[in-house]
Amino acid sequence: MTATVDKGRSPALKGRWAAMPKQVRWAAIAALIVLLYILPNRWFYEYLGFPIGSEYFAFYTTRSDFAGVLFDTAVFVLLAVGLNVVVGFAGLLDLGYFGFYALGAYTVALLTSPESRLGTNWPWLAAVPVAVMVAMVSGVILGGPTLRLRGDYLAIVTLGFAEMIRLYAARNEGVMQGQRGIPAIPHPPGTGSDGKPLFGVVDARPYYWLLLTLILLVIVLVRNLANSRVGRAWVATREDEDAAEVMGVPTFKYKLWAFAIGAAVAGLTGAVFAGKQTFINSDQFVLESSILVLAAVILGGAGNIKGAIVGGAITWYLPEWLRGAGDLVGVEFDAAEYRILVFGVVIIVMMIFRPQGIVPNRRRAAEFADRRQEAVPQEKVPSE
Amino acid sequence: MNFDELFGNFPALTITGLEQGAIYALVALGYTLVYGVLRLINFAHSEVFMVGTFTALWTWEALGYDQNSPSPAIGPLILALVAGLVVAAVASAATAVTVELVAYRPLRRRNAPPLAFLITAIGASFVLAESFGIGTSRAPFGMPVLIPSETAFTVFGAAVTNIQLLILGVTLVMMVSLDQFVNRSRLGRGIRAVAQDADTAALMGVNKNRVILLVFVLGGLMAGVAALLWNVRYGYTKFNVGFLIGLKAFAAAVLGGIGNLRGALLGGLLLGVAENYAAGLFGGDWKDFTGFVLLIVLLMFRPTGLLGESLGRARA
Repeated sequence: MTATVDKGRSPALKGRWAAMPKQVRWAAIAALIVLLYILPNRWFYEYLGFPIGSEYFAFYTTRSDFAGVLFDTAVFVLLAVGLNVVVGFAGLLDLGYFGFYALGAYTVALLTSPESRLGTNWPWLAAVPVAVMVAMVSGVILGGPTLRLRGDYLAIVTLGFAEMIRLYAARNEGVMQGQRGIPAIPHPPGTGSDGKPLFGVVDARPYYWLLLTLILLVIVLVRNLANSRVGRAWVATREDEDAAEVMGVPTFKYKLWAFAIGAAVAGLTGAVFAGKQTFINSDQFVLESSILVLAAVILGGAGNIKGAIVGGAITWYLPEWLRGAGDLVGVEFDAAEYRILVFGVVIIVMMIFRPQGIVPNRRRAAEFADRRQEAVPQEKVPSE
Repeated sequence: MNFDELFGNFPALTITGLEQGAIYALVALGYTLVYGVLRLINFAHSEVFMVGTFTALWTWEALGYDQNSPSPAIGPLILALVAGLVVAAVASAATAVTVELVAYRPLRRRNAPPLAFLITAIGASFVLAESFGIGTSRAPFGMPVLIPSETAFTVFGAAVTNIQLLILGVTLVMMVSLDQFVNRSRLGRGIRAVAQDADTAALMGVNKNRVILLVFVLGGLMAGVAALLWNVRYGYTKFNVGFLIGLKAFAAAVLGGIGNLRGALLGGLLLGVAENYAAGLFGGDWKDFTGFVLLIVLLMFRPTGLLGESLGRARA
């Protein structure tokens, strides 16, 4: 992941990367993916001769289970990739992204758990497509009336939506089982070579691998979408909606698509999360998380999938890593407590000084630069 | 569906609704003013309200009132209320102005796209809420009972308390003075001019940045007054107290027609009443949803609200 950051940052490196033969680039990407799969294995670090435990090193988080942290990071990365479609590509501000994630998780929980009042007892795998559909349909229902209006209404409606989902889950003592939540959600299916279930309670690695695979799949899908007619329609809508409409782009349709695709990705993530967690209640879907995902997209660079990955990794993984690193220098530092505050400040500062993000999307960066240039003469007016 | 509850308590629900709606209306004014001039949903406004509740509480604590102290006599009471009001209003206005200067103005100077403003607004909102959350250990705080609730008179069998009268009275006074200020004074004319057409107004010699600052000050003052009324009525505050109020106030502003001052009052009162009817009809759990559902339905059928949108044309 660090390699990706460098590539985005340095223009010289970027040029050299682009100049490399295609095979070399593919091999490098494949190596990176393999590395990501190996990352949570303890033997990998023992093989490399790193001390594990209280000692600090490279990227192992010493305070909490590393595979668990990687899983949570992967959750954030997948959410960021999904939100990137909405915010980055289509330029719509979705502040309640976690609402769709909650919908996905609750759908799976309600359909599969033997403790659920619905009594359906589906297997986990059968519930996942339903969860994705539910999230997607609710995205369409929510986006339908709001996307026709100015973009800012969407922001507040989604903000309200996420909070309403959470409040409803917390207060409804019927199906949602209030604060007690829904326990006993089954794990994903599959048995290992030793006859034990592949997805258990203790080991977070299989879930991380599952999520990593899903991330790769979603990235391929989103990349292809972005490079297609749909993606061009999104960019046109984002840059100038009226002009796009005049040129014959059905902007409402494509905005709704972006919104629904984003919601579906969030629903999928929620479904996997429910399968790992086995227990969910409303406390896991607080509004702050929506803002963290947004911060991830903005920080990484909206409109760029690489940026979303980097941003997702930074917002979740970095604070966890810092906790372990703090131990080493003897500082008790609970980064999670200040996470929202810090990323709130980061959002404001980024919007002023580097609105295009760490790994910018070239076209978006050009848009910002353009607008900034247009603003220059205004500043010289003496009354300003 | 509990129609007995709704019709049996109709007058009481209406009065509670009006009282809560008055607070929404005062907060909604902040959204409406900023929106009217800048076309921006100022998400940080809910935190401006939150700052007001805390500073009023701290003022009372500084004056020696705590949760257990007896309600003061009329003289010290008025002193405490006025001191709380002034501090809350000033602190809220200062918060709103800080957000404008630190977050929004640099963006305007860079001609940032609208999305950047919205993202900054939500960032500012969370920075404010979190700094108070961390500073207060995320605990809820109780208030001294300055005014014991007493029934002033009854209408159709529903008791109207002295606190409810105070809230409605203060809200009406604030509304009328703000409305008069915007419609009659020279500064108000500047606000309406910038709301109508910022560039032309600037050409005519209106200092745009000063007008925008003034708008944030006015919105902050109103939120501060709302915060004091909230403290007197509900007697508690928390770092995230602003969130739901902010959401409902925004719904109220849209209901009345965002950008329209009188619309904010109408929307606030209507929302408060509707919310309480819904609570009577479907049960208290559903109360908080009303504003949200109303907002979505409204955006579907009449996005310009009941009284229309423009602050520039808000002249009666």
